[in-house]
Amino acid sequence: MKEDLYLSLQPDTLPSFRHLIGSSEPLSTAGALTPLRSEANSSSDFINGYRMGEELEAEKHVNYILSVEKKKDDFESVVMEHIRINGAYWGLTTLDLLGKIGVVDSEEVVSWILKCQHESGGFGGNIGHDPHVLYTLSAIQILALFDKINVLDIDKVSNYIVGLQNEDGSFSGDMWGEVDTRFSYIAICSLALLHCLDKINVEKAVKYIVSCKNLDGGFGCTPGAESHAGQIFCCVAALAITGSLHQIDKDLLGWWLCERQVKSGGLNGRPEKLPDVCYSWWVLSSLTMIDRVHWIDKEKLVKYILDCQDKEKGGISDRPDDAVDVFHTYFGVAGLSLLEYPGLKAIDPAYALPVDVVNRIFFGR
Amino acid sequence: MHGRPRKPPTPEEEKAYDAKAAKLRSLQTQFLHFHHNQIYTKEALEVCAKLVESNPEYITAWNYRKLAVEHIVSSHSESDLESDPDCIKSIFKEELRVTERALAKNYKSYGAWYHRKWVLRKGHSSIDRELQLLQVFLKQDTRNFHAWNYRRFVAALKNRSDEEELQFTTDMINDNFSNYSAWHNRSVLLSHLLEKKVDGYFPKEKVLTEENDLVHQALFTDPDDQSGWFYHHWLLDQIVKIKTPLLVYTWPPHGSNLEVWVDGCLDVEGVNSSTITIESSMHDTNKDLVWKPLSTNNSGRAQAWVTHLSFLEEKLHFSQANPIKVTMGHSEGIKAVSDMISWGDKKFHSYEARPMESSQINFSNPLKNSDDNDLMAYKWNAETVANEISLFRELLSETDCKIGKLTLARLLTALDAMILYNKTSDSNEVVHFEEVLELYSDLMKVDPPHSQFYKDEYSLVLLQQLTSTPESLLRHCYHYRDSSPSSINSYICLRLCNLSLSRIGSIEQLLWIQMLDLSHNHLHSVEGLEAMQLLSCLNLSNNKIGSFSALEPLKLLKSLKALNISYNEFGAHSVDTRRYSCSSPLNHTVGADWNFGDWNPIDGIDFTNCWEAFSIFKDLKLTQLEIIGNVIAEENFKLFLVKVMPSLKWLDGVELQ
Repeated sequence: MKEDLYLSLQPDTLPSFRHLIGSSEPLSTAGALTPLRSEANSSSDFINGYRMGEELEAEKHVNYILSVEKKKDDFESVVMEHIRINGAYWGLTTLDLLGKIGVVDSEEVVSWILKCQHESGGFGGNIGHDPHVLYTLSAIQILALFDKINVLDIDKVSNYIVGLQNEDGSFSGDMWGEVDTRFSYIAICSLALLHCLDKINVEKAVKYIVSCKNLDGGFGCTPGAESHAGQIFCCVAALAITGSLHQIDKDLLGWWLCERQVKSGGLNGRPEKLPDVCYSWWVLSSLTMIDRVHWIDKEKLVKYILDCQDKEKGGISDRPDDAVDVFHTYFGVAGLSLLEYPGLKAIDPAYALPVDVVNRIFFGR
Repeated sequence: MHGRPRKPPTPEEEKAYDAKAAKLRSLQTQFLHFHHNQIYTKEALEVCAKLVESNPEYITAWNYRKLAVEHIVSSHSESDLESDPDCIKSIFKEELRVTERALAKNYKSYGAWYHRKWVLRKGHSSIDRELQLLQVFLKQDTRNFHAWNYRRFVAALKNRSDEEELQFTTDMINDNFSNYSAWHNRSVLLSHLLEKKVDGYFPKEKVLTEENDLVHQALFTDPDDQSGWFYHHWLLDQIVKIKTPLLVYTWPPHGSNLEVWVDGCLDVEGVNSSTITIESSMHDTNKDLVWKPLSTNNSGRAQAWVTHLSFLEEKLHFSQANPIKVTMGHSEGIKAVSDMISWGDKKFHSYEARPMESSQINFSNPLKNSDDNDLMAYKWNAETVANEISLFRELLSETDCKIGKLTLARLLTALDAMILYNKTSDSNEVVHFEEVLELYSDLMKVDPPHSQFYKDEYSLVLLQQLTSTPESLLRHCYHYRDSSPSSINSYICLRLCNLSLSRIGSIEQLLWIQMLDLSHNHLHSVEGLEAMQLLSCLNLSNNKIGSFSALEPLKLLKSLKALNISYNEFGAHSVDTRRYSCSSPLNHTVGADWNFGDWNPIDGIDFTNCWEAFSIFKDLKLTQLEIIGNVIAEENFKLFLVKVMPSLKWLDGVELQ
């Protein structure tokens, strides 16, 4: 889970931020892009229950993501340098959901990814950085998007992750031993994508996650830690991938999760907190996996996400009229995909990859 | 960015950003050079400190600091340590200082908090210093979950007692009721104390009463603040929840196919011939009974379990005179569906209970709680719940609070359930179905975004009401008679159509049903039906079922012959909410042998799009299926179904060749 890495870049903690990536540079790929919403333009009819007057600015989001990719020297990019691989995953997955991953030079991306690999088998957030599971999952997911998992030395990568499982079933994020259920999810998701889940003790891994279950049916980072929608996604998805959803009290957790929807239609991550577009993903995917997603008002949430778009320059922000970033653009688009917004590819709620990518991995002949 | 307004920077700001970017870039470049060359000089550490203080989430820099500390500590010889015993201390003191400055910059930095834990684990810093630090951060943001996590870490490391920490949550709550983090921590600590039966926390009744009083203050101060409500819900759960699983329903009392429904927790495991005893004149012993959980996953847990009895032949003759023996077992069911089932209204005749047939309407037998010890606890529990009910009626008379209404509905339901399980023969307490239904319909109106949640709850209560007495259930029972003269079949069909049901419940009352009509409702899931082991005909037409994986529970119904899923939403959705509840390679619940190797594809059928249908239908032995009126039901797909189910005789009313 990358959320809190990014969450740490708070306005109150970083004194100033360039809020937008400049759009002065002309886009060479722009000509190749066609709007996804051409038919919808002329009508304000409901499609799948959504009023099309409020539209997804798909083309602008594509341009925005491509522009972020090109910028390397402004303050924002420098601050994010150590998690560039996470940024690449958010951006590229968004492009795929928008049907535009074809505009990216996959060979260039794959060769850069491989340069981020450490001799231990794990990946760093950028070239020359220390390995951590946070970046290793992003690397695997990006390769999956391009159907290039086979460029990896599967044994080497999986052994790195397997070596991080602790005696109690939990996972450390790297050799320094920080334990968190985020890392349990990452390890389980990564190994499943590599068809190596049987290399760890799944039973103990599940037992540890269950030991982090709280009074409200949610999950925290470690036993006793407070429930948080991002953490709940990690634990629910890890339980989903290991066929252990029966460990969840779906009605209790479903009620807590559906109560994350506030009056504006947006979702918050914990009780009495402000809504944020990123929870469109954490809460929605969890509700989807436990089959309780009908407990929220989908139409209102769609509207909230669309209201957070920068309609001029592309990109999506945490709340309406805030500065956009790749992270929220990804979670906004991924949320809309789970809400069956027309024109978007479907996303898998557990592996956080487009459904066709996941199907190719698990059902491909 | 979080909370940053969307406006273009002024030229001055832009200039400042560029300067900052250049400065940060230079720090990063210098740092990576030191790190890659394992340079741990004072100057290098200073560059690293500047880097983490301006960008606290730069994980590699924290790693470098740990390497540097280990390197410096190990390079000190013993003689160094003797001459300057404080030198090690000062190294760690510097690390504490760097984390403090980084946290001042970003108090949500995982890297900085973890670095501090690393220093503490090495035995440096005091509890007073750490509690002081926490005071600062929890004052800055009382909901900072990093700080709360760190507090739990420090408390455990320094052996602070649960009572002391509980007092801290009391102080935080008294300071401001709206602190979910504090309520959460309270539930964790109190669970420990209650579990360990610490002095003053046993018996639990006194503690729970005090906690209730505390949380009531929060709820009544601001009923629209969610913080206290979840804690209150948890407290009630401690009072209402049955601690050990109870054997609640069994059907039939004796017979060929004995089914047991267990309640009191999510699912149970470990049902076997030593934990469940069956006394009957018809079979020999419990020893050879094999219990199977009715569950679609491999967990070995389920709410409903089934076993098959073998009869003693000499006693079987005896039992034929026993009306309960008319159990409409499997053999009869199979014979019955050799004619096509028509769900048209004219086939159904209202059911009149005649003495001969009354044995066929068998209510599942609720088993009562007869333990005297439990009865004492029950009295206190029931009294507490009754008090809560009157308290919340009072609250709702003053304010229109949605969680208050929901809580009242839950309390009333809980009270009804408690009365049912502990009923003594002379008790005739009021049952609150009508009031609860009214509360839920009201909630649908006052809180429209969550109306589907309330509707699901409404459906469950409605089904409880319908199945609560034989009279109310009989109103929905019909005779199904086939017109063909050769047929001697006569089913009793339970028809629960047009009730706006969005969810199925109370299955424990319906274990005996063979024919069930749930058409014209709003169901999108059939979870629970797996317990109806005698079901052979099921009508789910005109509902909202959106994926084949939602039918997974039906795979456990070994007698199911006729299924109607016409006019649903199969194929209409890109998102499948049941994808992870059904067994597949995606969730590693099927073996390596799970493949379509022996299945030859049909033109126009994409394998990755129909694996759910394949995995469901290949295990169903249907003779009859209606699937018309679904997006997916085109000709190719029908060909696919015929191929997957060789047993199929009728598809959409057409007899197959």
